[in-house]
Parts: sequence; structure tokens; C-alpha cells
Amino acid sequence: MRTLNRALALVLVLSAALTVGAAQAAEEAGGEHEGGGAIGDSWKHWEVKNEVENITSLQRGARNFTSYCLGCHSLKYMRWSRLADDLAIPEDQLDKLLLPPGDKPADYILSTMPQADAEAWFGKAPPDLSLMARSRGPDHLYQFLKTFYADPSKPTGVNNLFLENTAMPHVLSELEGVKTPVYKEVEVTGEDGKPHKEKVLEKFELTIPGRFTEGEYDAFVRDTVNFLDYVGEPVQVKRRSLGVWVVLFLIVFTWLTWLLKKEYWKDVH
Amino acid sequence: MTAENGVITTTDDEVDNSRRKFLTTATVATGAVGAAFALVPFIASWKPSERARALGAPVEVDLSKLDMGQMMTVIWRKQQIYIVHRTPEMLASLSSHDGRLKDPTSSESEQPDYAKNAQRALKPEYLVLIGICTHLGCLPKPRFAPGTPPELGADWPGGFFCPCHGSRFDLAGRVFDGSPASLNLRIPPYSFEGDTKLTLGVDTEKKGAA
Amino acid sequence: MATPATSYPKGFRGWLYKRLPVQEFVDDQLTGYYAPKNFNFWYYFGVLSLVVLVIQLLTGIFLTMFYKVGDATSFDSVEFIMREVSWGWLIRYMHSTGASFFFIVVYLHMFRAMLYGSYKAPRELLWLIGMAVYLALMAEAFMGYVLPWGNMSFWGAQVIVNLFGTIPGIGPGLVEWIRGDYGIADSTLNRFFSLHVVAIPLALILLVVLHLVALRRVGSNNPDGIEIKEKLGANGKPLDGIPFHPYYTVKDLVGVGLMLILFAIVVFFVPAFGGLFLETPNFEPNNPLSTPEHIAPTWYFTPYYAILRAVPDQRLGALLMFSSVLIWFFLPWLDRSPVKSMRYKGWMSRTALTVFVISFIALMYLGLLPAEGTYVILARIFTPLYFLFFLLMPIYTKAESVKAVPERLTYDAHA
Repeated sequence: MRTLNRALALVLVLSAALTVGAAQAAEEAGGEHEGGGAIGDSWKHWEVKNEVENITSLQRGARNFTSYCLGCHSLKYMRWSRLADDLAIPEDQLDKLLLPPGDKPADYILSTMPQADAEAWFGKAPPDLSLMARSRGPDHLYQFLKTFYADPSKPTGVNNLFLENTAMPHVLSELEGVKTPVYKEVEVTGEDGKPHKEKVLEKFELTIPGRFTEGEYDAFVRDTVNFLDYVGEPVQVKRRSLGVWVVLFLIVFTWLTWLLKKEYWKDVH
Repeated sequence: MTAENGVITTTDDEVDNSRRKFLTTATVATGAVGAAFALVPFIASWKPSERARALGAPVEVDLSKLDMGQMMTVIWRKQQIYIVHRTPEMLASLSSHDGRLKDPTSSESEQPDYAKNAQRALKPEYLVLIGICTHLGCLPKPRFAPGTPPELGADWPGGFFCPCHGSRFDLAGRVFDGSPASLNLRIPPYSFEGDTKLTLGVDTEKKGAA
Repeated sequence: MATPATSYPKGFRGWLYKRLPVQEFVDDQLTGYYAPKNFNFWYYFGVLSLVVLVIQLLTGIFLTMFYKVGDATSFDSVEFIMREVSWGWLIRYMHSTGASFFFIVVYLHMFRAMLYGSYKAPRELLWLIGMAVYLALMAEAFMGYVLPWGNMSFWGAQVIVNLFGTIPGIGPGLVEWIRGDYGIADSTLNRFFSLHVVAIPLALILLVVLHLVALRRVGSNNPDGIEIKEKLGANGKPLDGIPFHPYYTVKDLVGVGLMLILFAIVVFFVPAFGGLFLETPNFEPNNPLSTPEHIAPTWYFTPYYAILRAVPDQRLGALLMFSSVLIWFFLPWLDRSPVKSMRYKGWMSRTALTVFVISFIALMYLGLLPAEGTYVILARIFTPLYFLFFLLMPIYTKAESVKAVPERLTYDAHA
């Protein structure tokens, strides 16, 4: 029975460790995206690393956001001053490069687009992005920004692989350019068992080039997504570094309690 | 510790009491340190939040429309700030009654260094003070005309009168003898940009937010 | 039971002891209370539950200082706590992690009772009080989850409150009465806030105290299922017992330390725990016009949720779900075994318990997944297995041959 207890305890600890490990992996998905070309369904597996400690990336992301996203999307839970503190941006730079005219550093980061108008123009008000990285995950944000393509049937002229029929125009098209989908026919076996032809997305073709190369655009998107990851939880870097000390302290404390226990339990026969 | 129910039969001699004492102390001490650190977030959470600090940010006041002899009131950090544009007569009256003041040189009272002078101000013509009585926190009322009202006495040089318990302050906010309050009215940190742009909450020398 | 004046210590302690029964409490409940010497790993979870309760109370009190209940303010105030209150993020994560940890330790605590028959006479009432604590805990956790007013808060509340509509006759009226409105609304949020912050914590504390008093009355069970009070030593104390203080105070401290390590790892490194402790749809404000893709309650409710969805009929499913929670109450009377502990029960009980644990965990996992295809089929297999554990128990506990229970406790000094 004792061995059973020990085995059960070991299984519990191992499964706890495994779950923590898996959860950690789920929270900070890492990975690289293979070079462009054939897409198919592979875009669904594109991942970004959590690089929130990389302050220069965050600074670039902040600049990207202010230039291209702030027109419609707000970050209503973030203050400019918090951004400046965390991203080591001195006050004069904040004022000159990021702060919209009329805003003070202590203000929340709000878009100037009136919500009612936005809804009228796009059919849906552009959502606030403060928590988008937490509710959708950085991987999905990356996939969203990288899979816009030309679609003449849409009012915006574009569609998106990740978010089909999105109301958002391809704001970054001046940077990425315009991609046109190229389909190919493949044979698939239907549910009735009979084979038939289906149109499947083979690849994108860059019909109108943008200012950036593919690599530059990719880096741009990664910085922006990284920035949104940070905005979702600004305290995350501090949280992890503090955690190391707390766990170390608790290990020392538990070790002491263990010695104390062993000493007293010498009495028990 | 001796017990004899069959399980614990160690006598006091066999028990290494000094080791037990040492380990107990070490564990309790470490635990106490941990508990103290654990308390910090809870206690610190009561500090003014980011929102409170943002709302308490410096306030800019344009004094160009404030006439001589007039007073304006502004709110900064949830406090009433009185700004008086003093006339030359008001300034002259300040030196006439040091003997009737509890703290004529403001040595006990609270003000920034640049206001620790005869006029208690950075620029003599503008008096900037926190309009909260240093007795129990009521709002003193302006009574700038000398000798009026009659209840204040014929030798009243002009200043502030607190209606709650009768404390009196002169035109530099200094408290008179006979008042329940013992300190002069407090001066907040402030600075000027040009002649008429006042910023409350930004100290003159440091030029950083208070 | 006054202690004679001559035995009071000097100074302040003597002054205090004369006016409060401190010395008596220590003598009766700590150094004088003899607990079985063979407590193992499974015996930590009672004190760990107490520790988590304290953590939840402390962090909950502080969260209430900054949380602003209201349809327009709840969600924003949680982000305010996360970003703008000094250390608010830590207090919030401790509370959300504590909620899940509470159920981890409580489930393991309940499992111990099942392993060693700690619910059998004379401990039936102890078990029932514990079950009342479990019910109060589930209500507390459910209402707490609604308070952030995220999209899962809203829709989870919608689904669970609607369950009460299946009660024949009074159902629809009852649902409207619970909600205080025609749909989940500000009124629902506000009353859940009051219940979560005041009413249920008071009930929980009362029940926990009652639970400890009942425990003290009958004495603790142990892994061998032997009543140690039947064999007393010369000093009137059980031969196989040891004073709770210092032996179990010191041993429990180690358990507390280990739990705090795991707790800290989660709080500081994986607070959302892959979406299990903080569900991702809840990072969006509640939207009555948009349901999340998968509505799932938090993991600690999902076994019962899986049972609910296993049945295609709404009313029957709800009935089955409520029964699956209530059947726990009957355990002391379903177990007809002559022995208490699994160590001495026969192969039938061991198999049944193993199958039950597998079913419970399987149902927990299935409850997190969408109710489609194979998952539904599996839920329909494990649900009857869950119930059969209880329903067949009077039969198999009587039919099987049990091992001889030793006279004295088995104890390994190096365990």
C-alpha cells in the first residue's frame, strides 16, 4: 500500500509538472515560420515567440501601432505614461514621436475615430485592442495580419484567410503590397466515397509590391504583435522575474521545514 | 518532551533540544520574513492608484485675467488652492504685525523653500496657498479689506478668517495669536512659466512633478 | 473547566490565560489531541484546504476594495486592478489561482475519505458537513467567476441559471427570480457579488468550523481504518496516537511549503494555466449578442457538465447532473463493507474505485471539449460508470471477501 501511495504521489507530481510545462508552452508559443511560397493550410500553424523582454522590438511595435492602427483602434486600458516607462521612452521622444497632439502623457491611448461613424463605415466598430492578444493569442494576431489577400467581391477589396469576410481593410497594404490568391485543382474523396475536383489555395502572388520586402514586412508584423502581447499584460516581464525569487525563497523555506520535521519525528516509533 | 503512550518514549536527555530550538527558530524566522514580504503587495495596493496619480497631475493656471486684489480658487489633488493677486498696499501691510503672529517667520509651518520669505511666495504679487485651515480642515474665507467686518477688530490688516472655530490668517497666510490653529496656511509646490502661467504641482527648482 | 490559579504563567500570558481558555485550548486541541501516527500523503489536504481558504479570504477582501460591481464598470475595474492598482495584478492572480487550487486540494481531500472510509460511522456527519462545504464552494466559485463580467462569465451564468428552468412547474419563474431580470443582467451580477463576498464566505467559515468540531469529536480516521481510541495507554491517550502539536503541526508545515511552491509557480509563470484557470474568452467583455465558440465552465465543474451533456434531453440531463452531485451525500450508507480502509477491502472495491477515478477524470476532460462525435459517445460510457460506482456499492462491498484488519496501526518510521 505504501508503494502504491508513493507511486500515486509520483504520478501526481509528474502530471502536475507535465501540465505546467504544457501550459507554459501554450502561454508562450514559440516557433518559426517557414519562408513564403506554398500556403495551403500551413498558415494555421504559424507561430510567434513571446519576446516581450525585447524592448527595442516593443518600441518599434509602439511606433507601428501609432502610425497604422491608432487611427481606428484604441488601447483604452493603457496610458501613454505607462508605455513610456516600460519601453524606456524619454518624455520628449514620447511627445515628439508618439503622443497625438492634444494628448497628455497620463491620458489613455484612445483612437479619435468616433465609434458611431466607424460602425456606419465598416459595419462593425473597430474593437479595442488592449486585451486582443490575451483573448485571441499572439499567434492568431500574426496569422491575421499576414493573410490578407485581394478579393474584388468585397467592399474593402480584400479578404482574410484567418478572419473570413473581415470588415477591416488591409491598412498595411502600402507596406506588404497586395497578394492575389492562386488556386489549383486537386482531387479529393468526398463523403459519398466518389472522387471529385476541388479548388484549393496553392499560393499567393504579390501582384502589387509594397515598400517592404517579405522579410521586412514579417519583422514589422512580429514587432506589432509583440507590442500587443505586451499591452495585453504589461506586467508580465516583471511577474516572471519576481517569480524566480519567490520560488527560490519558498524552496529554502520548505527545506527548513523538512529538516524541522525530520528532527521532531525521530521521536515517533 | 516526554510522552509514554507507547509511541513516543524519548526522554528529555535523548532529545537534542538545542538542534530543535535552532531549527524551530530558523524556520520561524524564515517564515516571518516570507510573511512580511507577502504583506507588502497588500499594503502597497492602498497607495494612490495610477488613475489617482493621473488625476492628481500638475494643473496649469492662467493668471493673466486675475485682477489686482482679486482671488481665484483652483482644485489640485482634491484640495482648494487660493491664488491672490496682491496689491502693493496688501504687501506693505505684511510687516506691520509680526508681534501678533504665532509663526511670523514660518519656521514651523509647511511651505517650499522658495516660499520661506517675508511674502511667502515665489513672486510677491501672487499668493498661492492651500485653502484648508491648519486647525481641523475647514475652508477659510477671504476678508481682504482692513478693519472690516467690525467683528475682526479695527486693527484687522486683511487676510483670511475661518468660520468653523475662528482662526485668523494674514495676507500671507500666517496665523494670528488667539487662533485655535497653530500653523500658517500651507503653500503647495508650484512654478511659473513667464509672468502669468502658473503650474501647480511642479516645483520651481526641481522642475519635476511633485 | 477552569485551571487552578497556581498553574498560571507570569505576566501578560497569565493575565490572558485567566480570561480566555488559551491553555485549555492548547491542552485539549493541540498537545493533548492525539492523532493517528500513520498519516500519509493523503492526509495533507485538509490543512491545505484551510490555507487556501485563508488565501482566498485575504485576496478577496483586497480585490473588493478596488472592484466596482456594475454592468458598465465590472470588466473595466478588473483591468484597473491588473494595471493601475499597485500590485493589483498579483492579488488578482493569487485569487484566480487560489480558486482552482481550492478544488485541487478539496478533490484530493475527498479522495482520501473514499480511500480510507473516513465517511463511515461514526464520521457520517463529518462527511455530510464536508459535502455541504463542497456545495458552498461550488456556489462560491460559480458566482465569483461571473464577477469579472467577461464573455464567459456572462454565458456561463446564462447556461447554469437556465438549468434551474428545467425544474417542473416552478422552473421558468425560478429562473427569472434568480436573475432579477429577463436575461442575465446587472441585477444578477450585483446579487452574485453580495453572495460571493459576504453570504457564502460566512457560510463557508461556519461550515468549516463545524467540520473541525465534528472531526475533533469523533477523532481522525487513518489509512488502516482502525479506531485508535479503542486502545489507550497508561496516560489515557491512544497507544497508536501522537500529540497533534508538535508532530503534525511540524509535518503539515512541510506540506504547506510544498503547496506554496506549486502555487507560486502558477501565479508567477502560468497564471492562466493554458486557459484552464483563466479562460481566454473571458478577456473579452460580456456580449449578449455573441456566444463564445465553446461554452465550458471552469475545469472543476466539467465532470458534472459532461454528465449534463451526455443526455440528449434537457430536463433529464439536468436531473442526472443534480443527482450526480447529490449522490455523494449517500456514500456513508452505500458502503456496507465490514472494514473501512481500501487496504483491507476486496478486489471489487479496489476495481470500482479505480474505475470511478478514471471516469471522473475522463468526464472532467470531456466536459472541456465540444459535445460532438466520439466525445459524446465516451461521455455516455463514463456517465453510467460514474453512477454504478455508487449504486452497486451496497452489493459489492458486502459480497467481496475482505482482508483481516490488524489490531494495531501499521507504521513505517521512514515513510
